[in-house]
Amino acid sequence: MHAIVCLKQVPDTAELPKVEPADVMQGTLKVTRVVNPWDEYAIEEALRLKEAHGGKVTALTLGPAEATEALRAAVAMGSDEAVLLSDPAFGDGDAWTIGYTLAQAIRQIGQYDLVLCGKETVDGNSGLTAATTARYLSIPLLTCVIKIREVDFTAHTITVERLVEEGLEVVSAPLPAVVAVIKGINEPRYPSFRGIRTAARMAIPVWGMGDIAGLEADKASEAAAAVRWTNIRKPPARAAQCEIIEADTVEEQARILADRLLAAKVI
Amino acid sequence: MSVFVWIEQFNGTPVSLSWEVLGKARQLADARGTTVAAIVLGQGVEEIARQAIGYGADTVYLADDATLASFRLDPYAAVLKRLIEEHQPAILLWGGTSRGRELAAAVSADLGLGVAAECLDLRLDDEGNLVATRPIYTGNILTDVVFRRRPQMATVRARAFPMPEADASRSGEVIAIPAVLREEEIPVKVVGFEQAGTGEVSVAEANIIVSGGRGVKGPEGFQPIRELAAVLGAAVGASRAAVDAGWIPYKHQVGQTGKQVRPDLYIACGISGAIQHLAGMRTSKVIVAINKDPEAPIFQVADYGIVEDLFKVVPALTEVLKERLAR
Ligand SMILES: Cc1cc2nc3c(=O)[nH]c(=O)nc-3n(C[C@H](O)[C@H](O)[C@H](O)COP(=O)(O)OP(=O)(O)OC[C@H]3O[C@@H](n4cnc5c(N)ncnc54)[C@H](O)[C@@H]3O)c2cc1C
Ligand SMILES: Nc1ncnc2c1ncn2[C@@H]1O[C@H](COP(=O)(O)O)[C@@H](O)[C@H]1O
Repeated sequence: MHAIVCLKQVPDTAELPKVEPADVMQGTLKVTRVVNPWDEYAIEEALRLKEAHGGKVTALTLGPAEATEALRAAVAMGSDEAVLLSDPAFGDGDAWTIGYTLAQAIRQIGQYDLVLCGKETVDGNSGLTAATTARYLSIPLLTCVIKIREVDFTAHTITVERLVEEGLEVVSAPLPAVVAVIKGINEPRYPSFRGIRTAARMAIPVWGMGDIAGLEADKASEAAAAVRWTNIRKPPARAAQCEIIEADTVEEQARILADRLLAAKVI
Repeated sequence: MSVFVWIEQFNGTPVSLSWEVLGKARQLADARGTTVAAIVLGQGVEEIARQAIGYGADTVYLADDATLASFRLDPYAAVLKRLIEEHQPAILLWGGTSRGRELAAAVSADLGLGVAAECLDLRLDDEGNLVATRPIYTGNILTDVVFRRRPQMATVRARAFPMPEADASRSGEVIAIPAVLREEEIPVKVVGFEQAGTGEVSVAEANIIVSGGRGVKGPEGFQPIRELAAVLGAAVGASRAAVDAGWIPYKHQVGQTGKQVRPDLYIACGISGAIQHLAGMRTSKVIVAINKDPEAPIFQVADYGIVEDLFKVVPALTEVLKERLAR
């Protein structure tokens, strides 16, 4: 079994309010970086598959040199190998350039059964990359996966439960496939002491534009991005001046609140 | 160069977000003096095609086929790809549901287009190009997305636009189109389905959400929350702390790793207001906080606050509203 986990290094969620528009524009965020929360579920799921079926887990990310730290975190949890895709020429890609580049790198990594992704990233919030990667690999995509019910690496089949708006859908597909997981699929483990030591010592390969066979530069570079972010700004501050409702009894407080809500025409 | 909208359905029932998106598409098309086409895929869904005309479509492309009965990426994307290549729409819009996002992403990769995901607003610039406003950094930054290629595609967040009025007297044309893939060519099979709790309002679509956090203290603590929600016709939401404790299923979770919601009214009960929770509900129109701790950060985003035990306030509010709303 070989599972490749696509993960991204993102700002620590607790520090997202500190992100300033100017920093986004210059690509210089002054925040602590962590593994994207959803991607931790993807790593954990890959490790559980390895424990159940044998095989190996490869962590893959596209990002700046610092993103090796996110790969080290995945290795500390138990991933066997890691690859960093990094090149100034990738620039600020979007779901298409990144999905394309990830797909080409996955082909180069070689034989694999599963590509695991998170639902979305907390910085781009697009939730598109798993799909673009799957399309560029021409393999099935299973999103919103909350449980892997059955996987057979000999028959090359997988059956998963997907949590969609209306309920739980059970779907099967041939392998290899891209699986995007959601919270609830597992509880990610903490890195072990040994894992942290292994990760610290590991020499992690860095692949640039020229190191990925068949990669067409004009599809992988920032200039190929299909969309552009403009007018990057803070959302208007909530004009909330909280009115604390005080009265002698809770019944009275409830009555006043009901009056306010009726007046605001929200009920 | 018209505006296309994918009309999503599940088991033959249209997803109401699709009508919100269609209403907005109508506005954009009118501003440009162009037409709106709706795309309906499924099996036994002619009625939805007719409804789409009532909600503003001039043309409906209807692919009615057994291979399209449940949503599956490959057969759906194949039909959309063919339609886009044939008609070259200027703009293509989707509801930002799990299916809408996945389909938009796949179509965009297949055709080398772009998508702006989870948009809160859409407008046209002076040249008639789409400008899509969306939150990034989990709601802490906004950006206007512009596109380098056409069609310009966007998925739209639930309740970003009002539900249009249906007009049964509108006329339009329904054009039947074939499916593109045969069953043998489709790798993914849907083998089962378990309906979510019936009659429950989902947090993504609700006008009103009553949420409970760690302050409800246990699974039974959600009972008063549910009773208040029932009186208001509201959805029940929850903080991650309540979900992680196993008091309520994940689908109720509001916040960064849960649902991002924007109801008219959000009532937070026993929720402290952590940044990750606020990320999911801060854009609600009116926020009420009920919390024992006057220092809880939730009061910084709330419009109305009651500093009290939720187990006293929530039942009292339920009683008052029962009378006022006569339900
Ligand atoms: C990567 C990441 C993602 C996250 N994603 C989410 C997310 O999607 N959604 C989310 O909600 N959180 C999320 N969190 C967790 C978040 O940081 C908080 O831990 C969580 O929101 C706290 O939940 P809470 O407000 O219910 O609990 P607490 O912070 O413990 O607050 C409980 C509140 O209840 C009040 N209270 C207690 N008893 C009563 C009573 N009887 N009457 C009235 N008030 C009472 C207390 O004063 C307190 O303010 C995430 C965290 C991380 C790190
Ligand atoms: N730069 C990246 N490197 C590796 N994987 C990524 C990258 N960006 C996104 N992903 C994967 O795609 C998922 C969805 O990301 P997004 O489309 O950015 O919301 C993430 O949870 C990751 O699994």
